[in-house]
Amino acid sequence: MELTRLDEIRAKAEGGKRLERADGRWLLTEAPLVEVGALAQQARFRRIPERRVTFVIDSNPNYTNVCITDCQFCAFYRKPGDPEAWTLTVEQVLEKVEFAAGKGATTVLLQGGHNPALPLDYYLDIVRETRRRFPQVTPHFFTASEIQTMAEVSGLSMPDVLRRLREAGQDTLPGGGAEVLSARVRKRIEPKKGGPRAWLDVHQEAHRQGFRSTATMMYGHVEEPDDIIDHWEAIRDLQDEHRGFTAFVPWSFKPGNTLLEKWIKTYKGPSTYLRMLAASRLYLDNFDHVQASWFSEGKRAGQVALSWGADDFGGTLFEENVHAAADYVNKTTVDEIITLIRDAGFTPAQRTTEYQILREY
Amino acid sequence: MPTAVTASSRFRDARLVPIWDRVRAGERLTREDGLTLFATDDLHGLGRMADHVKSRRHGDHVFFVLNRYVNPTNVCVLSCSFCDFARKPGEAGAFENSIEDVLEMIKPGTREAHIVGGHHPDWPFEYFERMIAAIHAARPETQIKAFTAAEVDYWWRRWKIEPREALTRLKAAGLHSMPGGGAEIFSKRLAKLLRYTGKADADRWLEIHGIAHGLGIHTNATMLYGHLETLEERVDHLLRLREQQDRSGGFLTFIPLAYQVGTTKLVPRQTPPTDDLRTIAVSRLLLDNFPHVEAYWVMIGEETASLALHFGASDVNGTLEDEKIAHMALAESPAGLAREQILRMIRDAGKVPVERDALYNVVKVWS
Repeated sequence: MELTRLDEIRAKAEGGKRLERADGRWLLTEAPLVEVGALAQQARFRRIPERRVTFVIDSNPNYTNVCITDCQFCAFYRKPGDPEAWTLTVEQVLEKVEFAAGKGATTVLLQGGHNPALPLDYYLDIVRETRRRFPQVTPHFFTASEIQTMAEVSGLSMPDVLRRLREAGQDTLPGGGAEVLSARVRKRIEPKKGGPRAWLDVHQEAHRQGFRSTATMMYGHVEEPDDIIDHWEAIRDLQDEHRGFTAFVPWSFKPGNTLLEKWIKTYKGPSTYLRMLAASRLYLDNFDHVQASWFSEGKRAGQVALSWGADDFGGTLFEENVHAAADYVNKTTVDEIITLIRDAGFTPAQRTTEYQILREY
Repeated sequence: MPTAVTASSRFRDARLVPIWDRVRAGERLTREDGLTLFATDDLHGLGRMADHVKSRRHGDHVFFVLNRYVNPTNVCVLSCSFCDFARKPGEAGAFENSIEDVLEMIKPGTREAHIVGGHHPDWPFEYFERMIAAIHAARPETQIKAFTAAEVDYWWRRWKIEPREALTRLKAAGLHSMPGGGAEIFSKRLAKLLRYTGKADADRWLEIHGIAHGLGIHTNATMLYGHLETLEERVDHLLRLREQQDRSGGFLTFIPLAYQVGTTKLVPRQTPPTDDLRTIAVSRLLLDNFPHVEAYWVMIGEETASLALHFGASDVNGTLEDEKIAHMALAESPAGLAREQILRMIRDAGKVPVERDALYNVVKVWS
């Protein structure tokens, strides 16, 4: 029984046939973990034949923790007027970019809360000045829901906001804020953030305009296997349209200091993570890259993940505040990333935001 | 293209296919097979075979015990190059616990006390005998797993107490089983290189376990890996354990111990998790006469231990309150876990936690 199902999925994967919902369900629930890994690793080598694992030198600062969206999974945000609320000036943000650039970063992933007090020019100035002062740094700024906030505050349409950002010098968008792209899940954990379309529309429009972006997923809270498959289906369909996604990046929800912590005490462990990565690699047959994280699941689980379908090891994350707010802290250096990748049996290579190879080690 | 793919085509490394056939037939693997298993880069193939063997023996069950780790002393006459734990008499950081101290460490209700220590030159055998008797009297509910074969051998070297006599007396005092430490790696080359020639060698270590088994004392076995040993030395170590088990049959669990770099730094860093997984898998495949192979979370970390449950491990040791040997070598895992964390480690792997006692009697199936 099990063998038949496995053989069917293998035949589909090898024959370039798309996996269906029932296949995804089986991979997420019943398939033996080593078998999912074996299939995913084959798929990974079909797409990226080299035994190369990429990483990016980056930093992940934030410009504000003020947010009006009250997501239940978030330990980072504060409501406007909260004594712990803060918003950086444009210059303060640029100091953070400078710090990252000084450490060799080629990417700065900047994101923040939904702060209605910030005008569109604030964001445009940050992009423009980053481009002007630090031409070696790619401004990988603002997730979909922040773009939506800019549109609401400025009165411009979302496509116009994207155009303005593009004119200011931005070419890529980070994929955060997707959580699980299922109407049921989003209604439960982030009712004010909108359904799956709120995220998908921004990425669709961005891809149309020539931006590239990543797709993320935060699992391990209230979702069921079918919600995960909804998510895969949505981003796989969108990827068919413009090929705008560079990579898929999943991580586990960290409940510390969040509203959901009342019901969900711990985060999912490494077996769930490997299964998620590997099943995603198989289902998302039109994505080039799947990112494993030394950061979100631990360095050793991250190393094993490179044998479960991932071909990228994420970034150095010189600064990170969102997981840290949930009491989850993990740090590294470029040297350590290189060593971790090598010890896992792969050749490390530094890449850009858009996955061009800068240097092999 | 036929849609019915044979199982054999699932191996990326074709050398594993004949081994898989023999594994499924329940046949014994050879030294040559062992070398192939360590040499292959088909990690999933190894996991598939080891998981098959583990599931055939234990289904979805993974065992753990609520235990307490007790080190009576870290004073030791030896200077093994891999050890961060030992201290010379009077050296800073040396500790010597009285029997009262030891009793205090073992809380009422502790299922298993795991007791190992240094080779203390001034403590007579009778002190250890009294210690076991005192624990047994004060905590009759606690099973006592105490003293490695290396310690038993040292009583012979220091006090001329024959292992058979020592173990007979300890058993009478309340000893239930013996841990598997002190085996290090069975290699004359490494014993010399890493300065453990003063310790029970392979023959002696195995002889003492054979004696224990003959007296009805179950024991465990270990292998220290991830330092300067070759893969051949790992295979030979495992095969010697297998031979001994054929002869005396009293081993319960094999526990591969990943070398902790600590301050001894025989190698620049700890062996990667993929090496832990393959070592556990190959052990499961070669040691066909051992009931269990353990994923010792203290050494390899909780994440890797959890993943090892897909690679043939059927035991995660236990809560290990106050573990010291790995932690004095700067192990990054917490010193002791709550039962909740152990359950989570097992459940995340999709397995069923089974709480056991020191002798693998089932206390509770945590379904």
